[in-house]
Amino acid sequence: MKIVVAIKQVPERDAPVHIAADGKWIDEGDLNYTINEPDAYALEEALQLKEKNGAGEVVVVCAGPERVQTTLREALAKGADRAIHIEADDLGSRDTLGIAQILADAIKAESPDLILTGLQSDDLGLGQTGVVLAELLDIPHATIIMQVEVAGGGLKVKRELEDGWFQHVEMSLPALLTIQSGGNKLRYATLMGIKKAKTKELKTVAAAAPGAPAIALERVYLPERQKKTEMLTGSPAEVAAKIVEKLKFEVRVI
Amino acid sequence: MSGVLVVMEHRGGTWNRMSYEALAAGQQLATKLGVDCSAAVLGVEIEALASELASKKLEKVFTVNHDLLGTYTADGYVIALEQLVKQAKPEYVLFPHTYQVRDFAPALATRFQQVLISDVIAVHDGPVFVRQLLQGKLNADYRHTGSGPCFVSFQAGAFRSDAVEEGTAAAENFFVQLTAEELRSRPGELFRESAQTVDLSAASVIVSVGRGIGEQANLGVVEELASALGAELAASRPICDNGWLPMERQVGSSGQTVSPKLYVAVGISGAIQHLVGMKGAKSVIAINKDENAPIFEVADYGVVGDLFEIVPELTKAVQSARS
Repeated sequence: MKIVVAIKQVPERDAPVHIAADGKWIDEGDLNYTINEPDAYALEEALQLKEKNGAGEVVVVCAGPERVQTTLREALAKGADRAIHIEADDLGSRDTLGIAQILADAIKAESPDLILTGLQSDDLGLGQTGVVLAELLDIPHATIIMQVEVAGGGLKVKRELEDGWFQHVEMSLPALLTIQSGGNKLRYATLMGIKKAKTKELKTVAAAAPGAPAIALERVYLPERQKKTEMLTGSPAEVAAKIVEKLKFEVRVI
Repeated sequence: MSGVLVVMEHRGGTWNRMSYEALAAGQQLATKLGVDCSAAVLGVEIEALASELASKKLEKVFTVNHDLLGTYTADGYVIALEQLVKQAKPEYVLFPHTYQVRDFAPALATRFQQVLISDVIAVHDGPVFVRQLLQGKLNADYRHTGSGPCFVSFQAGAFRSDAVEEGTAAAENFFVQLTAEELRSRPGELFRESAQTVDLSAASVIVSVGRGIGEQANLGVVEELASALGAELAASRPICDNGWLPMERQVGSSGQTVSPKLYVAVGISGAIQHLVGMKGAKSVIAINKDENAPIFEVADYGVVGDLFEIVPELTKAVQSARS
């Protein structure tokens, strides 16, 4: 089975948030980047499916500037067989449809049996690229998936719903799944894996020119606090004493 | 092309509570734009739901009745709503941002060469739609620039369901062309992993722990605080995903929704998915090392610092206050 995993490179979770001069994104100068966490789980699921089958190929795809090659190399080190870098320095001016389109262009040529991606990105969080990609490729999809079983030429997946509910969904291949975090335990790259990754194929393809976007991000800003937060400061013992005062006289739980 | 259409969600005849929030958002947007607001409900045996909607201030209630829409499938919903939107020609199509909407609405928007503006928390003049970025650390203003209908989904709690205006609406049956062959997935019954034995929704004090705890061996620190406060112990998703605490102690969109008198968030950054589960708490105390953590936006009292220094001191102080 050939599995394509679409991954995104995002700023690390504890990255400093300084708004850029144009007011449309954060300063990238002091950012460190990493694989989008749900995409890491999608990659893990792909690697485990390949191991269970004993055969197959896992291809990772990522769109972005040159720096995304680091994330692709890390995926190769964890066990992906090949990587495709869709070179695009202008992701910010492409909307979800535009980005799904360049992913679809690259993936179509691979004719995979299964496409996996994370359910949403940690940075923009629109949570749509996978579903739009499935629509563009005209294949069935299911979202927020916790478990994947390949059964009789098709798939049986466990889909997460709200409030602790789940549902099994079956579909035939090829198909696309968006993977939820936490379904598996993530692996680390081994030294051997890192060494091997250097010899694996990392192909760069050009992205088609962007069309006119359907939605536009006009400006970013720090959110206003929904509540007036009283910050308690001092040594740990002083802070603890202040909290106890609040618990006694304001919150009244002591 | 004009007007606002709100696509309502229900399961087996019971509304998803977020549907009425989306309906309130739709009515308010329509008023702002000086256009009409309509609503649609899909499924089988939906007459009671439709007649309930007919008592709201709406232009039309579209009843989309079809045997193949009785059980949700992405294909069924995309095909049915594509036909409805093409005929009704709304300028705005609104949804509650539920797991089900996340499954089909992006594909529906794609059919119109549009992009869903998802998980919106506010609407300003323009209209400008406000979304959260970077796990809630930033807000962003989005505008629809496409030439087709504008698709928008609203985050839980962004609008108040009790703000829905009463009135009257004309019901209209909308017939869709849909065949079983067009549905490419076969959904099974809904199930729960195990009987929930922990009911966090009834707890009056909750101590909740997140990623900041670092590793399972450190959980003792928060367990001691919880026991000093007589509180239930809860957690954000990553803690339960790692198996450090059972899933039934998870608070958030995929876990339990709680509204205690006091919620103490320890080492929880406050991702949106967590906040929707605890926004109903009367008082929130947040302890986190990152002063920009979004949990501070909903906290009444905040402490920026090392939880491993602060929490043991707090436990001691609570114990001596109680003895």
